[in-house]
Amino acid sequence: MSQFILHKENTRGHANHGWLNAHHSFSFANYYNPERMHFGVLRVLNDDLIDGGMGFGTHPHDNMEIITIPLAGAIAHKDSMGNSAVIKSGEIQVMSAGTGVSHSEYNALADEQLNLLQIWLFPNKKNVTPRYDQQTLDVEAMHNNFQQILSPSADDAGVWIQQDAWFSLGKFDEGFETEYKIKKAGNGVYAFVISGEVTIDGQTLSKRDGLGIWDTDSISFKANTADAQVLLMDLPMELN
Amino acid sequence: MQTTILYIGRDTEITIVMNRLLNARPEWKGICVCTDEEGISICKEQEIDLILLGNGINQEEETQLRNKLLALRPKVKIIQHYGGGSGLLYGEIMTALG
Repeated sequence: MSQFILHKENTRGHANHGWLNAHHSFSFANYYNPERMHFGVLRVLNDDLIDGGMGFGTHPHDNMEIITIPLAGAIAHKDSMGNSAVIKSGEIQVMSAGTGVSHSEYNALADEQLNLLQIWLFPNKKNVTPRYDQQTLDVEAMHNNFQQILSPSADDAGVWIQQDAWFSLGKFDEGFETEYKIKKAGNGVYAFVISGEVTIDGQTLSKRDGLGIWDTDSISFKANTADAQVLLMDLPMELN
Repeated sequence: MQTTILYIGRDTEITIVMNRLLNARPEWKGICVCTDEEGISICKEQEIDLILLGNGINQEEETQLRNKLLALRPKVKIIQHYGGGSGLLYGEIMTALG
């Protein structure tokens, strides 16, 4: 029998710093909710709105898989590995922090707001060599399809990370129905609705709602509106 | 009353950041070091409420370090600190301290 946990949009942590308007699906920074510490290895899901030209100065990370998906606008990234890049909407960035890396992230545009999802997963191996990658997503392949954008393997579709996790992103027409099969036995799925309204395993979800499902090998999906966009995160439920 | 938190990690830059973050809160007193020897020495000298193990400590080192720290302070809580920065720190510490 599958189990689930529903995180409605308005129950997320919220911090408005002026230049940064952040919503946290899980405890982060000064938002602490002992019931919202993680879903399996998913530790952070931040939905950040960043004003033009503003951002996060150089700061360190270690032993964390950090995935950034710009939803609108562009991020200017620089890190201690020598990478300097701009990641735009329609692209994905991944950083395995491993033994330690420092980076900065700024809104690359002076006059346009940046909206990004930043996702942190616990790695399945500590102290790996830090690594950076970014890719352009195949937006057309996401139409009425959960297109894989991340996996544990460098030979598979999308970017890869140091964890047995698969991310898929799709944009759906109203009424479109499908089933998603979980990639690895024992994994759960955390579904995050980027836009529109959908029904997953009987739960109706609106924009920015999150639903975690586990103890199952597949989930049912239906798009209730024409603009439905959903990110599925298929990931281990046990911390390594 | 202050909670005394010892951070042990290998990366000097992260250790400096951790020292700043921990001591930014008046309710916490942070002591941050890069070597196991320094951490053990501090544990011998003073009461510690919580120990955070940071980056770069391999599994064998961690096992030995935990054993030595718990021999000195059997009731101290020892947790892994992930992330290196402020994002997870408050939640990790609040959870550990109950």
